[in-house]
Amino acid sequence: MALAKRIIPCLDVENGRVVKGVQFVDIRDAGDPVEVAKRYDEQGADEITFLDITATHEGRDTMVHTVERMASQVFIPLTVGGGIRTCDDIRTMLNAGADKVSINSAAVFNPEFVKEAADRFGSQCIVVAIDAKKVSNEGEENRWEIFTHGGRKPTGIDAVEWAQKMVDLGAGEILLTSMDQDGVKNGYDLEVTRAISEAVNVPIIASGGVGNLDHLVEGCIEGKADAVLAASIFHFNEYSIPQAKEHMRKNGIEVRL
Amino acid sequence: MSSVAVIDYGMGNLHSVAKALESVEPGVEVRVTADPALVASADRVILPGVGAIRDCVAEMLRLGVDKEVTEAIESGKPFLGICVGMQALMKHSEENGGVECLSQFDGNVKYFGDNLEENGQRLKVPHMGWNEVSQLGDHPLWADIADGSRFYFVHSYYVEAKRRDLVAGVCHYGKQFDVALARGNAFAVQFHPEKSSKAGLQLLKNFLNWDGKI
Repeated sequence: MALAKRIIPCLDVENGRVVKGVQFVDIRDAGDPVEVAKRYDEQGADEITFLDITATHEGRDTMVHTVERMASQVFIPLTVGGGIRTCDDIRTMLNAGADKVSINSAAVFNPEFVKEAADRFGSQCIVVAIDAKKVSNEGEENRWEIFTHGGRKPTGIDAVEWAQKMVDLGAGEILLTSMDQDGVKNGYDLEVTRAISEAVNVPIIASGGVGNLDHLVEGCIEGKADAVLAASIFHFNEYSIPQAKEHMRKNGIEVRL
Repeated sequence: MSSVAVIDYGMGNLHSVAKALESVEPGVEVRVTADPALVASADRVILPGVGAIRDCVAEMLRLGVDKEVTEAIESGKPFLGICVGMQALMKHSEENGGVECLSQFDGNVKYFGDNLEENGQRLKVPHMGWNEVSQLGDHPLWADIADGSRFYFVHSYYVEAKRRDLVAGVCHYGKQFDVALARGNAFAVQFHPEKSSKAGLQLLKNFLNWDGKI
């Protein structure tokens, strides 16, 4: 008996629709995030993450409605990220039915925001998203830095120290995206995942670069992640959630079946 | 049509609990309220909870929720405490430097500790995610839920009940702790049934079908 490692499908949402689309064998239009989330719940996903990539105000209102619809139909935890900058943003999403919000660049620009948010809403609903990229050269001691603006802007901030600081300020969970890997499908950056997981006492969600089911296993075992997040391998039907869980189980990882 | 009051004492979002109830029993009247009259006249009462215990209990006392809880439990109508709503029913919690709670159940709420481990592996606190619940004995609220089913948890403090005969479910995370209590018409759970997919919805359905008798 043990706590299960979580599998979290992540949906990029723009103007209320899933971006890039999601393909299931038996449904054609998978553009509605709520329909997709429902599918994932039925398949046994442990949580859902919506990443709002909408830039406009109208689009953000649409996101609130999407979260409301989601919360009245899908009964697993929901994290909403993207554009969370103020306590009002957080309150809006929590009231709409999100269980957690994920704060990214706003934390970098104003770390105290994390403290304010955790004090007000509780650490359990504050996820801090960290985009980390390796900056040390071959042969040097490993060092990772925080990047903003989709990985384009270095900040000079050490990723491991940053994670510790975020937890000290009240982050209840860390969503760690290893940027070198993101989209490349070579798997998570296991070294930084493990370094941060060992440095803090809150759960770590590994993200970025999942291309096959072995990557999920490595993320949990070598990366010591508490949860694994993936997008495209599930969306395009390369693998289903049950396949992923079965593969993890075979490799000795505790999962919810 | 039956009604259920979800007691709202201003601590966090109760949307999920309300929606989950409506989803398992379309047409059920869900009252998200702290109004004593509305709570008293409801057929069933739920005490949810999220956040820090000191703030939760302080708000409960300020709004008279403690009396509503006592009345509901004494009336014999089905009563369900969820998460901090379960912890608040205990005598005392060590959170926030120590907080006296509502004393509906004898026992305390304790911190998991910063050095929790199992088989040499360090365990993170909060206990967050899906864990297995062992049912102790039969109870109408466990109907059609397999023993050992996983439910969604998120908490750093756990309940340790004095009267072991009132413990209806336990879980293991570094140590064994109590995650379901049952006494007459009152039931309380540490996990979030409204976030626990099929197993959780079944428990809420069982609650809405329960007459409060064991």
